[in-house]
Amino acid sequence: MITIDYGTLRGLVALLILALFIVIVVWSYSKKRKSAFDEAANSIFEEDTETELKHSDKNNKQETNNNV
Amino acid sequence: MTTTLEHPAYNFNVVRQFTVMTVIWGIFGTALGVLIAAQLIWPALNFETPWLTYSRLRPLHTNVVIFAFGTSALFATSYYVVQRTCKSVLFGGKLVAFTFWGWQAVIVLAIITLPMGYTSSKEYAELEWPIDILIAVVWISYAIVFFGTLVKRNTSHIYVANWFFGGFILTVAVLHIGNSMVIPVSMFKSYSIYSGAIDAMMQWWYGHNAVGFLLTAGFLGMMYYFVPKQAERPVYSYRLSIVHFWALISLYIWAGPHHLHYTALPDWAQSVGMVMSIVLFLPSWGGMINGIMTLSGAWHKLRYDPILRFLIVSLSFYGMSTFEGPMMAIKSVNALSHYTDWTIGHVHSGALGWVAMVTIGAMYHLIPVLFNQGRMYSTRLINVHFWLHTSGIVLYIVAMWISGVMQGLMWRAVNTDGTLTYSFVESLVASKPFYFMRFVGGVLVVIGFLLMAYNMYKTVYAKDNSLKPLEIS
Repeated sequence: MITIDYGTLRGLVALLILALFIVIVVWSYSKKRKSAFDEAANSIFEEDTETELKHSDKNNKQETNNNV
Repeated sequence: MTTTLEHPAYNFNVVRQFTVMTVIWGIFGTALGVLIAAQLIWPALNFETPWLTYSRLRPLHTNVVIFAFGTSALFATSYYVVQRTCKSVLFGGKLVAFTFWGWQAVIVLAIITLPMGYTSSKEYAELEWPIDILIAVVWISYAIVFFGTLVKRNTSHIYVANWFFGGFILTVAVLHIGNSMVIPVSMFKSYSIYSGAIDAMMQWWYGHNAVGFLLTAGFLGMMYYFVPKQAERPVYSYRLSIVHFWALISLYIWAGPHHLHYTALPDWAQSVGMVMSIVLFLPSWGGMINGIMTLSGAWHKLRYDPILRFLIVSLSFYGMSTFEGPMMAIKSVNALSHYTDWTIGHVHSGALGWVAMVTIGAMYHLIPVLFNQGRMYSTRLINVHFWLHTSGIVLYIVAMWISGVMQGLMWRAVNTDGTLTYSFVESLVASKPFYFMRFVGGVLVVIGFLLMAYNMYKTVYAKDNSLKPLEIS
């Protein structure tokens, strides 16, 4: 039976969280996700009620900056 | 009227209620702040009446601005944003109205009990146990309504603003219930179940995360919807917003111990709090940059849109406070700043600069939409409000910086024989002119809020669609 002392366990959990964070960064910046995220960023302009300014879609559909 | 709407009839009634109350509590909370600021210059202003004393009104001021003004704004915007981005009506039926009336009841109870002197003496958690239970019930209902709406959404993606709102709702529930664990001894008196340094740590774990989740994550949710909406541009980087979310929520929760530097809290815990607070600078500025850069290519809009100006300047204050905060969390800096007016200045650059300005901007965006108008009654008055508010904050925080650093230096000055150079009263006398400057700043902020209320009144009672959006070329 393998036993891990509390300090080592905490160290491992910290590493696990760091790894998880790196996964989140890699995932969110992957090329595959770009179009889906652009769509999400623009989703708030999809429905304009009668009370708001009418905008042409052209104005609203802008790509998020490619460099970030 | 063009009704090319594909969405269901949203529940905007509750959003309207919370929006109107946000403005009303904004006036009340800041006016109370001005009163207690005046008491520090003219002590006679407590009129020898116990319930008008600084000690009882100060917690009322903080409770009203945080929980009445700020939290009503969060209810309004989260209910609005979650419906529009999920394209579905609020979940929960009668529970929705309960969250409004329940929350207003909590505030009224605070306004009654705090001046009477009923307090648990925990900062930002002063309310006694029966009210704490009501808060927990309302908050859990809020969570059911919000997450229920997310579950039944008609879109596949959950827009980032909802992530921040969700994080804020969930964490505040955990913080409030955790820190409010008490043993009641009577209807109006209770004792914490935690003891000594553990109680202090629980309190500041709660206290700092009230800042981190209620006053930051919640308002970032507001920012991620209303800044792009008002700028008419998508957020600068959606990818950054995801990293921003996870980094912010995983770091904030550890920063609490910086409120307990040089106390009975173990040294290692103080150091953890300090390090985590410094690292917190990164996600904070990531988020600020993401918000401000949303205007990239549309900076000219700041010239004629005072609503956008409110939103963008709020982010500048956010950046400033989140630089100042980590710096003040460094133990050697804290040795100078703690217990001085510098802390008060820091809090107000966050509260008046970030929280209030992003709220005011969001409200000016929201009020015409909710009350079937194309714009606010007067754009000029919004502009006047902007300058009143901004000058008010600048006066306030500059006064507190000078007063705070001066206090810190005077309190620790020692003569060659080791005795203190200054008495406490001498430092108080030195601070007096700055207390007046702070008072003037506060008055400007309150006048701004009154203009906002007038503008809101004229917008709400104008004939539907009579206020047309201004055409700007």
